[in-house]
Amino acid sequence: MDFQVVVLAGGTSKKLVPLVSKEVPKPLLPVANRPVLSYVLEQLELCNLKDLIVVVEGQDAALLVGAWISSAYVDRLHVEVAAVPEDVGTAGALRAIAHHLTAKDILVVTGDLVSDVPPGAVAAAHRRHDAVVTTMLCSAPVGGPAESGSSAGKDKIKKPRRYNIIGLDPTKQFLLHIATGAEVEKDIRIQKSILRAVGQMEIRSDLMDAHVYAFKRSILQEILEEKDKFQSLKQDVLPYLVRSQLRSELSLNGVSQAEENGNEKVSSQNNHVVVSQILANASTPSFHELYALGHNGSAPVRRIHKCCAYIASNTRYCARLNSIQAYSDINRDVIGEANHLSGYSFSAHNNIIHPSSQLGSKTTVGPHCMLGEGSQMGDKCSVKRSVIGRHCRIGSNVKVVNSVIMNHVTIGDGCSIQGSVVCSNVQLQERVGLKDCQVGAGFVVTAGCEYKGESLARKEK
Amino acid sequence: MGAQRKGGTRATEDPEELARHPLQAIILADSFTTKFRPITLERPKVLLPLVNVPMINYTLAWLESAGVEEVFVFCCAHSRQVIDYLENSEWFSQPNFTVTTIESHNSISAGDALRLIYERNVIHGDFVLVSGDTVSNMSLTRAIQEHKERRKKDSNAVMTMVIKQSKPSPITHQSRLGTDELFMAIDPQTKQLLYYEEKADHLKGFISLENMLLADNPSICLHNDKQDCYIDICSPEVLSLFTDNFDYQHLRRHFVKGLLVDDIMGYKIFTYEIHSSYAARIDNYRSYDTISKDIIQRWTYPFVPDVTFFGNCATKVERQGMYRASEIEQSRSAQIGPFTVVGKGTRIGNNSKISNSVIGKNCTIGSNVSIVGSYIWDGVTIEDGCELRHAIICDGVIIKSGAVLQPGVVLSFKVVIGQQFVVPAYSKVSLLQQPTMQDSDEELEYADSNSGTLDSSIAGAMGKLNGDMTAELSGTQHWPASELGPGGAGYIWSISEGGHEDEWRHSVAPIPAEKLAEVMQGIEDDMELLNLDGTGLTPSGELKPDDNSNDSEDDDDSREDSFEKEVEATFLRAVHENINVGDIVLEMNSLRLSYNMTSADCGGAIFYAMMKLALEIPHTAAGELYKNVSSTVSTWQKLLKFYAKEIDDQIEVILKFEEMCLESAKEFSTSFSQILHLLYDKDILEEDAVLRWADEKKDAEESDKVFVKQSEKFIQWLKEASEEDD
Repeated sequence: MDFQVVVLAGGTSKKLVPLVSKEVPKPLLPVANRPVLSYVLEQLELCNLKDLIVVVEGQDAALLVGAWISSAYVDRLHVEVAAVPEDVGTAGALRAIAHHLTAKDILVVTGDLVSDVPPGAVAAAHRRHDAVVTTMLCSAPVGGPAESGSSAGKDKIKKPRRYNIIGLDPTKQFLLHIATGAEVEKDIRIQKSILRAVGQMEIRSDLMDAHVYAFKRSILQEILEEKDKFQSLKQDVLPYLVRSQLRSELSLNGVSQAEENGNEKVSSQNNHVVVSQILANASTPSFHELYALGHNGSAPVRRIHKCCAYIASNTRYCARLNSIQAYSDINRDVIGEANHLSGYSFSAHNNIIHPSSQLGSKTTVGPHCMLGEGSQMGDKCSVKRSVIGRHCRIGSNVKVVNSVIMNHVTIGDGCSIQGSVVCSNVQLQERVGLKDCQVGAGFVVTAGCEYKGESLARKEK
Repeated sequence: MGAQRKGGTRATEDPEELARHPLQAIILADSFTTKFRPITLERPKVLLPLVNVPMINYTLAWLESAGVEEVFVFCCAHSRQVIDYLENSEWFSQPNFTVTTIESHNSISAGDALRLIYERNVIHGDFVLVSGDTVSNMSLTRAIQEHKERRKKDSNAVMTMVIKQSKPSPITHQSRLGTDELFMAIDPQTKQLLYYEEKADHLKGFISLENMLLADNPSICLHNDKQDCYIDICSPEVLSLFTDNFDYQHLRRHFVKGLLVDDIMGYKIFTYEIHSSYAARIDNYRSYDTISKDIIQRWTYPFVPDVTFFGNCATKVERQGMYRASEIEQSRSAQIGPFTVVGKGTRIGNNSKISNSVIGKNCTIGSNVSIVGSYIWDGVTIEDGCELRHAIICDGVIIKSGAVLQPGVVLSFKVVIGQQFVVPAYSKVSLLQQPTMQDSDEELEYADSNSGTLDSSIAGAMGKLNGDMTAELSGTQHWPASELGPGGAGYIWSISEGGHEDEWRHSVAPIPAEKLAEVMQGIEDDMELLNLDGTGLTPSGELKPDDNSNDSEDDDDSREDSFEKEVEATFLRAVHENINVGDIVLEMNSLRLSYNMTSADCGGAIFYAMMKLALEIPHTAAGELYKNVSSTVSTWQKLLKFYAKEIDDQIEVILKFEEMCLESAKEFSTSFSQILHLLYDKDILEEDAVLRWADEKKDAEESDKVFVKQSEKFIQWLKEASEEDD
């Protein structure tokens, strides 16, 4: 497939402090003891999309990510790691690497996606409709994701939060309207012109933009170049394309493209045009084509472009790791209901205990748990719905519930950890109680301390 | 009485309820609009022939076939004619089908009609509400059953609207029936109607849905491809709702919108979509044309010309959709084309060509006549060599030889068109003169209270006139010969302004290609607007509240206006009632706060009010005017000073004064500098204010500087004075 994939891996996201740090940028954050980025890369590999550019914010983070990828995926994927300055936004990141893009279509995937929806399906939908942009939509997670993980229990929002407001045509193939960000909470404003053209539009609030986009390369580059104020793909580029689809300002007819590509490609280009026409004729023309034809049905009088949507079936798992709450949820899901994602084989007890780990007597590890390589646990411990990383040393009488414990963590006797995230190299002394806390890497919690809903981290030097 | 009568037509699980109430229907035999004028001045719309059968027969026949047992026909305009017609028809003698008429002379809207029906207390259960111009063959069983089931679960589901998919092309969606563009939002699961916008505001390129709608429904369907059939299944509450909300007039514009907006009572409206059956309402000439064609093409089966139902006579269908009644005299050389209906006793001369038309009973059509897409009612005489294109010709019209009717012409009863006369496109001709009142604007049709009664009064006058007419016609004719050619009789109605552009939209004539192009262009313009919007994107990707800000600006303007008016009124009251300054300041302050204005605005407004007062005191010369001003200003200087403390406020006052001199009160323009000086003397304006005003105006256009120039001396003097001070 002539697709080039850009993985926007991000950097040290401020939303995820204290989980991320200079040593562990967001792409390397472990989800069920694997960096989150690996979930995306493996899905891409499954779809035979092996030509990747991984874009990381910040030079240092890029080095770390590059090192990890080259060790883990050598010979499997052809990956180029590009560093971009921080805070340029997703569109800015693409702008920075625009000169690397050469393929006809570009698939842009966010690096924090944990999903089993094949990105290849998005690419195929994109090709099928000869669209300018195709976006992947998945059902919005139900339940109230709070801003920080601490208040998950307290102020549960009654209705599911809305991520996007999306307008679809009756065949559910074309994206007619999208509202993101702050617009979601405002009144919905629908262009009448597009409604006239399509006749019927379904407006959904239960779908989420999964941040997997297929773009036509020439269009993407044109927009990035002309609209230099656009910062975000999700909030600027996509809404712009959707809004202007019936009155395109883009130069996208085949002729100009052929010229642009040079004469040697003309023949293949023509071939492609023919193929796309055959494909288009196979089905009834979409409203776009009808609209473009104008009222007399002769030659196209209007310039249009198509924005498509690929709606993942709601049995698929799809989540973005973009908040601490999401981090806990995804970890729980990956070893729980969506355990096929983790890539591990689960034991009869529905958990994974690495053979090299050691458990003390009367220690129980419940279902939906994971215990990493070389970890040791003392006596009478109990672990429920939690992930414990590699080489952790856990004392006796320790309770771990609904938590994530990363690598090389030392936990003293009699600790109780609930709903918390404990980063690598943390030391918890005896009888520490943590509830709904995040503990940053290398932090030491002194004996007997009790914390509830706090974020603990070392002072940055 | 219903227990035995409950026939096999309906099968509902709740026989008890059905037993109590036979299925009832209300037919509004008055559309409360003026779209069919001038024809409706002489005959009610429901009695106009549609493919040679009065419209109301289609509605009644359908209701009967759909299992309705009791029908109330509400008559208002020309109520006598409707009642007489029904009494003479067979409708009153049907088994299992009772027709009752309700007469009113002062109802001006559907709302009034329903309120009156409520008072009569004749409706006991769910009922079907239609107007007397509905043509349909749908089965009501399912729709009523669904309605009742919903009602059992939720007593707030008071109404079910029947909708239908319209034709697929974006242009024909709405233009086919000549109705306004309709946007609806429907919950795809429950079919609840969430939004209804009928009178589309073409300037607004957006539909604005309330955010709350999505809170309750995860998905909403927005439709532009449906048409409203104006067939409603209502619960008895609908009537009482009309009574409770006495300002509801229009069924859709007021009632439906009112229910959708109101979330306190929580009444809900649902939709029922029909797919294979036919339902449409004749709302204007265009839908008259479209529905006639649908009838001829048998979409409305069994209500087609060759099936005998009430009010039509035996017609035989031939190839290519030609219907010919018996007893037709047709010349051998005459050609009758496809999709044409010819009524009984009509004579057609040599070499005449007729296609896509309906011709009524006892018409006489001469030789070499060409008729395309026209509707010719009964007893019409068309002499040789006439040419008719997409016209409606009422009973008794005489078209003299060689006359030409251009597309879209409507000739009302007994009009005579002179020889060789060319009737221009879209003209409406009637023996009655066009009423001079300005009620042709649809928006106002409810506001003017006598439009309903007017019809009947005109009709009364008309009866007399008609008598005169026939006498005159036989004798001397004193019609202005110029208007309709030699020997013509009738007035060409002038098309009211505003309606002119829309004439093509509602006319019988097909929409000309260039108009279609125009409509498409209109859509493009929308897009342009929208793209302007798009370029004004904020980096965050939100739509800039561009048109919002426009709106609010307009809003601001109007608010400012009303603020000024309020201030003026308050000030005048103060003058007349001699209220002391302190009290006025209090009042002004409260006004200022309620309108959220600055004190500069207030100062300007007060000054404006004062000057207006001075202007209203009778004066003859500029000198006298100046005296008036000076007396007013000195009486009220304290008040003005209170609001013009700051230099900025004072500049505002000067600017206001300037604006007045330019626009509303040119009388002051000559004494501008004098008054400026006066204000300075009274310490209302400080010299800084005047100088800064002059400064600001330095770079203005020449036209703006008139007053600066006029007061140049004064400014010069001020400057020198200040320099001296230094």
